[in-house]
Amino acid sequence: MSTIIRKIWDRHIVAERPDGMCLLYIDRHLVHEVTSPQAFEGMRQAGRKVRRPFSLLAVPDHNVPTSADRLTRIEDPDSRIQIETLRENALAAGITLFDMDDIRQGIVHVTGPENGLILPGVTAVCGDSHTSTLGAFGAVAFGIGTSEVEHALATQTLWQTRPREMRINVTGMLGAGVSAKDVILAIIAKIGSGGGSGYAIEYTGEAIRRMSMEERLTVCNMTIEGGGRFGMVAPDETTFSYLSGRPAAPGASQWESAVADWKTLVSDPGTSYDREVSIDASRIVPQVTWGTSPEDALPVTGVVPDPAEQPDPRVRERMERAMRYMDLRPGMRLTDIPVDKVFIGSCTNARIEDLRLAAKVAAGRKVADGVTAMVVPGSGLVKQQAEAEGLDRIFLEAGFQWRLPGCSMCLGMNPDRLKPGERCASTSNRNYEGRQGPGGRTHLMSPMMAVAAAVAGKISDVREVL
Amino acid sequence: MIEKFVSLNAIAVPLNRGNVDTDAIIPARFLKTVKRTGLGDNLFHAWRYDEGGREVPDFPLNKPPYRGGKILVTGENFGCGSSREHAVWALMDYGIRVVIAPSFGDIFYNNGLKNGLLPVRLAAGEVRGLIGSIEDSPGDVISVDLPAQTVTGPDGAVCPFDIALFSKECLLEGLDEIALTLKHEPDIAQYEREGKRKSPWLFLDI
Repeated sequence: MSTIIRKIWDRHIVAERPDGMCLLYIDRHLVHEVTSPQAFEGMRQAGRKVRRPFSLLAVPDHNVPTSADRLTRIEDPDSRIQIETLRENALAAGITLFDMDDIRQGIVHVTGPENGLILPGVTAVCGDSHTSTLGAFGAVAFGIGTSEVEHALATQTLWQTRPREMRINVTGMLGAGVSAKDVILAIIAKIGSGGGSGYAIEYTGEAIRRMSMEERLTVCNMTIEGGGRFGMVAPDETTFSYLSGRPAAPGASQWESAVADWKTLVSDPGTSYDREVSIDASRIVPQVTWGTSPEDALPVTGVVPDPAEQPDPRVRERMERAMRYMDLRPGMRLTDIPVDKVFIGSCTNARIEDLRLAAKVAAGRKVADGVTAMVVPGSGLVKQQAEAEGLDRIFLEAGFQWRLPGCSMCLGMNPDRLKPGERCASTSNRNYEGRQGPGGRTHLMSPMMAVAAAVAGKISDVREVL
Repeated sequence: MIEKFVSLNAIAVPLNRGNVDTDAIIPARFLKTVKRTGLGDNLFHAWRYDEGGREVPDFPLNKPPYRGGKILVTGENFGCGSSREHAVWALMDYGIRVVIAPSFGDIFYNNGLKNGLLPVRLAAGEVRGLIGSIEDSPGDVISVDLPAQTVTGPDGAVCPFDIALFSKECLLEGLDEIALTLKHEPDIAQYEREGKRKSPWLFLDI
């Protein structure tokens, strides 16, 4: 009797100490330009070599501008140095690099999966907390710091304590206008931003089974916003058919045996978890965050909460602080909050399905006067596919910018950022103070909801325009 | 590399907030460095400085009795969010060597251990007590003893804490974890040989 979490974990133990610390073998390692330079530098200083260069993929994403002239112009010298350093480190170590002029370049958690790098049963790491995304394939995938990046580069392993195990069962079916993003925001609102701390989470239930790979990636992506160490969905036919034929997936000669193995990666019936949470998908309505933590998600039909009603003084203080930062008043209807900017993109919501859903709402409509709205595909391949389907035309005709792939306005590291006081409807994953630029205000929501906000010039319930 | 940590008696700084995320500890725009040093000036940038770059007088790190404190006492889920190790580097560059909180973001907790910044988990009530006493009596000293796994407050009250034995040993000795792991090289090579036989598709070049 075992969970899928334990099955994958146990397969990867190289050594185990009496105190329970496990030396785990790492199958896949993705690196980007921000969290890797000091790791490569440490390797050089110690005279060490990358142990298995062909288990790695390097992609610049955080710093890259999303403007059309980016190949010839990166104004910020520090950004340029980080991107060049990644290039030099990848070349020197013999690591595959999807550089800025490569159609496969994109956000690391978008381009890795779409190239078939992440398979059921693997361990995957990246110096990036949103590595939890990759668990959607039924993988143990978690974010690490730079010291652990260096450790994984040098040894192909990491020392890890076993996680506690949580199951989040999403029963029933999603209603129209409700998406995977709303599911994960509702989960985080329920368990809290520290609720998953120390846990690995398996997402189960009818709503999860019905989801496409893209939707499962969205759910697993924000596992970290609920504090979870990693999240996963057991692989099934959806997973296998997504992977079939992808460049780094097993070829015809190995496919059958790989799938036979992957089919064993399920939690045994009746296995118990350390914690179980259940949520009814049919009761989830489109979600929006009002405050400065992802747990501040509410149904769009709701109002800004009143801190005075909070009995716990610490919670009250946090809410009052968030209220001041966001410049909101208790009791305000969420649908009365105006927006200045709209951002559709990020490792949460920049895959082809996200853009298809957003385009459906944008078709034949216009971005409201005074609102700047942008769509940033998650990778060059997503962009190419969207253009083949004519989605770029729909967005451009509606008044959205159609930009080049990268992390963009998810974090204030590249030219796409909010100005102080600006308010953004964003499909990204973090609404922390200053996350999208100093003084910027973020409301997290789904791609469909972001389009509805762009068109109305304020937060809106997308179900009313479907 | 791990900076050795054994014990510390130092001024403790209260930061009475929960869910302090790593974007607040060090905003993304300061991550554009290929070095580990020099981040301390921008620690807690948005809270520590106003828009004109002047110090915000009532932010704890800017208050004279707390200035240069080496222990931070704060709320639950400290260091949640981004995996950026720069958050640990910024704290250490400022001079902080211990953070005491009821809970931590898991990645931050690990990052601390790998550098020699000791993250100490205490019960929420114990943390509230420590924050209360250092707020009432700014500049008071807290003692942290890693071999004994105890925190001693200004009033002499002793709180024991847990830490994984392996992490404790690495901190006490300032061990190079990669060198330790490389002693397992035969096990790693053996794992790879078996893996290639059982799941050859995992060992294709990507």
